[in-house]
Amino acid sequence: MPKVTIDDISLEVPLGTTILQAARMIGQNVPPAMCYYSKLEGSGGKCRTCLVQVVAGSYKDPRPMPKLVASCRTTVMDGMEVRNTTSSEVQEARKGVTEFLLANHPLDCPVCDQAGECKLQDLSYEHGLSKSRYEFKRREFDRIDIGDKIQLHMNRCILCYRCTQVAEQLTPERVHGVLHRGEHSEISTMIEKAIDNDFSGNMIDVCPVGALTDKTFRFKSRVWFTKPVFAHRNCPGCEGKVTLWYQGSEVLRVTSRKDKWGEAESFICNSCRFDHKKTEDWVIEGPAKIDSHSVISQNHMKFELPVIQPLLTTENEQTA
Amino acid sequence: MARKLLLELADIPQIQNIDTYISHGGYRSLEKALKKMTPDEITEEVKKSGLRGRGGAGFSTGLKWSFLDKSTDKPRYLLCNADESEPGTFKDRYLMEKLPHLLIEGMILSSYALGSNTSYIYIRGEYMFVLRKLEKAIQEAYSKGFLGKNILNSGFDLDLYVHPGAGAYICGEETALIESLEGKRGNPRIKPPFPAVSGLWGCPTIVNNVESIAAVVPIINDGGDEYAKIGLGKSTGTKLISASGNIQKPGVYEIDMGITVEEFIYSDEYCGGMKDGLELKACVPGGSSVPILPRHLLFRESNGDSRRMTYESLSEGGFTSGSMLGSGGFIVYDEKQCIVRNTWNFARFYHHESCGQCSPCREGTGWMERILHNIENGRGTEDDIQLLWQVQKNIEGNTICPLGDAAAWPVAAAIRHFRHEFEYHVKYPERVFDADHTYQPEIQQTYSLTT
Repeated sequence: MPKVTIDDISLEVPLGTTILQAARMIGQNVPPAMCYYSKLEGSGGKCRTCLVQVVAGSYKDPRPMPKLVASCRTTVMDGMEVRNTTSSEVQEARKGVTEFLLANHPLDCPVCDQAGECKLQDLSYEHGLSKSRYEFKRREFDRIDIGDKIQLHMNRCILCYRCTQVAEQLTPERVHGVLHRGEHSEISTMIEKAIDNDFSGNMIDVCPVGALTDKTFRFKSRVWFTKPVFAHRNCPGCEGKVTLWYQGSEVLRVTSRKDKWGEAESFICNSCRFDHKKTEDWVIEGPAKIDSHSVISQNHMKFELPVIQPLLTTENEQTA
Repeated sequence: MARKLLLELADIPQIQNIDTYISHGGYRSLEKALKKMTPDEITEEVKKSGLRGRGGAGFSTGLKWSFLDKSTDKPRYLLCNADESEPGTFKDRYLMEKLPHLLIEGMILSSYALGSNTSYIYIRGEYMFVLRKLEKAIQEAYSKGFLGKNILNSGFDLDLYVHPGAGAYICGEETALIESLEGKRGNPRIKPPFPAVSGLWGCPTIVNNVESIAAVVPIINDGGDEYAKIGLGKSTGTKLISASGNIQKPGVYEIDMGITVEEFIYSDEYCGGMKDGLELKACVPGGSSVPILPRHLLFRESNGDSRRMTYESLSEGGFTSGSMLGSGGFIVYDEKQCIVRNTWNFARFYHHESCGQCSPCREGTGWMERILHNIENGRGTEDDIQLLWQVQKNIEGNTICPLGDAAAWPVAAAIRHFRHEFEYHVKYPERVFDADHTYQPEIQQTYSLTT
């Protein structure tokens, strides 16, 4: 088994493991990943936030790699030495990439449903600058409804390509992809065609930012005011293992269960996600485990905030 | 008179016609290669010749061929990269337009050496008129039995196709070219695996530039050792240079590697000196993506020797005082040209051509263009120059494919060598709309000091 050293911590990993997976096995100093998704084939390599420095290629060829490499797509070799948090070069590059990702991002977190569980927020919190140096007009797109349950807000998209991979790999017919090129690239369905299949909702779960949002949940509540609960049901279409997000006794939304790295444990069908929003549809397992760093855990055990509650209902009526 | 290996027949009337081409000695290498040599012997000959990739990177062609994975029973492919889109480079167009049969002859030899029975010429969509010439030439070659089944009774089969791109610079990157040829969006793939192991449709594939493939013909005709005698050090053979800019005689020239840069610009045989009696200010020696060099660095290496037209000599000094031979797009600027405007023009090109797959290139190229546009139009500040430097630094080396580097290098070099021009734009914003606005005493002074 190849042995890899990441930030001076050594580990033996199975053949074919990538640096990022090895780092996740170690469990600390894990490079952030905006586009890599272990459950989607061919994902990764695009966002460049997971760049690491390889100071020694392997025992056989101990030369360092000339450039920083994308850890999500670089396979571990026996004797490889990797620097992530211990390399200032990597930290600088990551800062640069974060700035690029935010350059055309609208930073509308106050009105974005993803806020609180947004990977880009986490990334910019750790590696971003306090002030944007990009002084030009940001690119703008119209919002598109792709299907009656999902809204695409391209302004927020970081083009990780995850949703197109979901469409390609989970569903029988691919109806959306990337149009145009460069800065003008956009995720779109051909002539705004609706995406209509049983697993389309998973695009919402894999989106690292708020570009794809659940229309049934839009503006209902900030995520940190809801309480996640694991539940399951006997579903003919999928495994039926989900997280229910409660506010009071009401289920505001249903998502797949996320693991430690923010990835869905199993993809769920649209029927579970959109059509079963009552407690009696589900067998409740207990409170979902939320990372202690997450803003969601700040409010985890409180059921409701009396001050917020009346405000929210009036706002719902306005925006619905 | 300079030696011409590739363009020897270029000026003969009707040379695009196969009979004329054969009567001048064309296709004679096939007889020798297909009947008397094994594929490995051809590869060996190319290795001996020291031929280096003419597309820009300058990687040894023979070595590249030897990386081709021959252990699988999958088909192998040879792709000719004729997606020549680098600003300042137009040698492949000239070669294909004048001598389509030379490329086809080279394709047959190379395909035989690599064991490829289906080969493609991927040509840029803007070269549709060249494509028609190539297709006609291919038809002629089929009718003479140089293509198709059992070529010259050697038992070797080859089908050759020309495929037009759809106008994207990025498809000149080898993995993006492969994606495009497969009918997908032209996004570069993440390497490894390299095309020599898994390329077109997952099969072992070699991608070579037009000029590299054409150079195989003289190598087989005269032998690799003969070819290696031309040139200097590790830069062997002849190289096509597309000369453009403020020179007397722009055009495509075939040079022996190793002539001095000074000779190339000033001798009557090549560029014929500067136009309108103006002084040379700067030069981009290898296509828009390589660093620009000011006059004092262009003619002399750091140890005082004359700089020569070779891969090594032009890159001597690294990026602080050197450049690259690249694809041979030789752009010369006289003292009236504005370097900021030129850099903006390049940045605009890369912004337009970025595929948008990885974030540093997608966002960074547009950002650089906008900053440069501001500076050139008198809206820049001192901080903008610093910001521009940092943006290019954040792009370089952090992208999937070399387009990011190609966008960052010219900006970096322009700031490195011509910072005074950027500062001039910031300092005198009211002058930027004047014609020849950098042809001013302030600028003249700065660079006469350095000459």
